Amino acid sequence: MQQSPLLKVHNVGINFGGLKAVSDFNMEIHQGELIGLIGPNGAGKTTCFNLLTGVYIPTEGDILLEGIRLNGLAPYQVTQRGISRTFQNIRLFNELSVLDNVKVAYHSLAKHSILSSIFRLPTHFSGEKEMEEKSIEFLKIFQLDTFLYEKAKNLPYGMQRRLEIARALAAGPKLLLLDEPAAGMNPQETQELMELIAFIREKFNLTILLIEHDMKLVMGICERIYVLDHGQLIAKGSPNEIRNHPKVIEAYLGEEVVESHVEG
Amino acid sequence: MEWIQQLINGISLGSIYALIALGYTMVYGIIKLINFAHGEVFMIGAFVGFYAIAGWGLGFFPALILSMATCAIFGVLIERIAYRRLRNATRIAALITAIGVSLLIQYTVIYARGAQVEVYPNVLANKKFDIFGVQVSSQSLLILTVSIILMIILQFIVHKTKIGKAMRAVSHDMEAARLMGINVNTTISATFAIGSSLAGAAGVFFGVYYTKIEPLMGVIPGVKAFVAAVLGGIGIIPGAMVGGMLLGIVETIVSAIGLSLWRDAAAFIILILILLFRPSGIFGKNTREKV
Amino acid sequence: MKKVRGFWFFLILSVFVYGIVQFLISAGMLDIYYSNTLIFIGINIILAVSLHLVIGITGQFSIGHAGFLAVGAYISAIITMKLQLPLSLALVAGGIVAALAGLIVGIPTLRLKGDYLAIATLGFAEIIRIIFLNIDYVGGAAGMQVTHLTTWTYTFVCLFITITVITNFTNSRHGRACVSIRENEIAADAMGINTTYYKVIAFTLGSFFAGIAGGLYAHNFYIIQPSNFGFLKSFDILIFVVLGGLGSLSGSVISAIFLTIVSTFLQNYPETRMIIYSLVLVIVMLYRPQGLMGTREITDFFGKWKGSKGGNSDAAKSFTESS
Ligand SMILES: Nc1ncnc2c1ncn2[C@@H]1O[C@H](COP(=O)(O)OP(=O)(O)OP(=O)(O)O)[C@@H](O)[C@H]1O
Ligand SMILES: [Mg+2]
Repeated sequence: MQQSPLLKVHNVGINFGGLKAVSDFNMEIHQGELIGLIGPNGAGKTTCFNLLTGVYIPTEGDILLEGIRLNGLAPYQVTQRGISRTFQNIRLFNELSVLDNVKVAYHSLAKHSILSSIFRLPTHFSGEKEMEEKSIEFLKIFQLDTFLYEKAKNLPYGMQRRLEIARALAAGPKLLLLDEPAAGMNPQETQELMELIAFIREKFNLTILLIEHDMKLVMGICERIYVLDHGQLIAKGSPNEIRNHPKVIEAYLGEEVVESHVEG
Repeated sequence: MEWIQQLINGISLGSIYALIALGYTMVYGIIKLINFAHGEVFMIGAFVGFYAIAGWGLGFFPALILSMATCAIFGVLIERIAYRRLRNATRIAALITAIGVSLLIQYTVIYARGAQVEVYPNVLANKKFDIFGVQVSSQSLLILTVSIILMIILQFIVHKTKIGKAMRAVSHDMEAARLMGINVNTTISATFAIGSSLAGAAGVFFGVYYTKIEPLMGVIPGVKAFVAAVLGGIGIIPGAMVGGMLLGIVETIVSAIGLSLWRDAAAFIILILILLFRPSGIFGKNTREKV
Repeated sequence: MKKVRGFWFFLILSVFVYGIVQFLISAGMLDIYYSNTLIFIGINIILAVSLHLVIGITGQFSIGHAGFLAVGAYISAIITMKLQLPLSLALVAGGIVAALAGLIVGIPTLRLKGDYLAIATLGFAEIIRIIFLNIDYVGGAAGMQVTHLTTWTYTFVCLFITITVITNFTNSRHGRACVSIRENEIAADAMGINTTYYKVIAFTLGSFFAGIAGGLYAHNFYIIQPSNFGFLKSFDILIFVVLGGLGSLSGSVISAIFLTIVSTFLQNYPETRMIIYSLVLVIVMLYRPQGLMGTREITDFFGKWKGSKGGNSDAAKSFTESS
């Protein structure tokens, strides 16, 4: 357990014109862990993801992936270094087919150049063929291969969520960030999602950080949990520690999310 | 001394830009649309003023008021017919529609009356004052004064009246305003009416000051007024005034140092510099897109 | 698979169309008026397709395409008229310099989005025009005399290359990257796509072909003037793409053909033409903002029929791969 962490977040913070959306945020994630990030609405969870993925540049602090500083890298560079994500409000390429959505994620793994594509050189054909085969292979794992040529926007909601996860995984991350993957799902779908997360984690030897409001899901599958409130880290620890943490109870008081969901 | 004179010319031109820019900025502030057809409202204003003065023999002020009223109605009609359906469309669809409306007005006017230039009648006696050795024309003084009065009235409307408060509320958050019981459609119509009437006034001033008007006259001042609005910070009323004045002065200086062929380029260069380095303009706050 | 077969079909069709027209011209059966119209259609298709790459594929709203047309026109005219070099060289040079201009304009402006980008491209196009207006070497406002050198063959070869290159680009991982930017820029970025790079590439490639079109355009007239390349010209090109369908190459080709023919008919009634154009544009935006074809291609209408007998397609594919 003494190996260096996969992700280390040190005193990270960001301001939006006076509003401290996140401040003094610290986090360590080790290879293979499944970590939950929770907090009331507007706590700054999504903002944390945006900081980790380079969408926002932190006004203070450092973000290190395998010891390499990520601050100031553009999102695509962060992805190429091994962090990919899904979005709270699904962001698929709506007019593209399911297959093409995944192919886009394979983009940086293929190497054929623009000129080889324009002149249709052999490297273009072999590169495209490989992308296609890999993507189809991949979609089979997610049971989306029956919809290969369907436009993403025509999929039912649950499948869109699944496709988004598949797409993020296809980018070949070491660390996968999931922003409320179960939002809007019924209990049945949520159950399937939990199984899927456990499965991909196993299969791809992944490290996962997920934001979720569904306490049952979080408490059920996460090994450790970080709790944010008003941009501050108010608690971290095992699900049991979090459940009984006075500050967490206080933050959620009124919402009674912790009690009702965990005991029910 | 000559420089001060140039400055005064610049301010007169600038006040025309500012009056047009106000309409751009108000409309953009409220429905996030670059109303390309605004330059054509300005042109219509100039023509209404022309026909009122030359055809019906009205004086300057009656013609001004008639032109403002006509433009107000015209602006409201444009919004009703073309833009209202676009509330939920993409910004680009809205922009293209606005370009289409703008061209439609230009060429309908040409179709109806031809492309020939009209010469504005001399309604205002143009005396030259000599103030400390600086030649100032009574026309530029009058234009400047009336522009400033109009801007003060506008500030009063926006800040002190009910419709002004509604306008600010709708531009802040249309949905919330609707929920609070504000009639969004009426408010947007009022915005178009006020903005268009200012453009109408600018049209009359332009005619009086530069004496020549024609159906395509709205294009360049329209685009430049838009630049002025961006310069000041789009959606911000005082920004449009300052932006207009600044642009007028810069253009006059560029002409005065012998680069008059580059005058039009100056506005575009300012536009691009602003968009690149401070897209929120002089008075705007930088905002980031939420993800 | 389907696409490779499509290419052979396209090639045969092209040779066929070219051959027939060329035959009619050399046999003297097509008078100058019609052959000129055909050349005009060709040039407009090149313009439409090049802007389609920027707007339809990459989703970047440029409304200043005429600026690059102007660069290509002037540079190629300088090469043939002042340097007395051949037209083919002039066309390439016009394309390259226009591409450079596209690069210079694109790198700073493509950071902007939506209507701000549109306005910035408009501004740059106007600046380019004013620059030519102020250069005495190319005649300033009076313009520049150009010999009529553009032929059907030149036009058709350029058109063929433009469509092939842009189709090949679009149907590759690079084109997919561009489409993903159009669909959702933030997600594209999060998937590891260097969005700025691809926007600039698409813009530069689009400018290159606009430059080529400029060369053909200049040598199809007897004179070029800065006033030929104003906002209205950009608008003419924009309407091809918007009307045809944002994201549909065949849509922009069809609308370029159709509108060019309409314009030729209305040549003597420019106001009527503009009224019709702008009305059409407004009505399309209000009632069908995705354009007539949307993102569909004309081949999609045969798609079902083709897809059902997929057996042959692998043979076609291995055929091209081995060749
Ligand atoms: N680009 C931005 N500009 C200004 N404020 C922002 C921006 N992004 C986020 N915020 C603010 O930061 C705070 C935290 O937002 P964030 O989206 O991170 O919350 P969250 O924890 O993900 O909430 P939820 O559970 O509702 O998703 C909010 O007050 C939000 O309004
Ligand atoms: Mg969130």
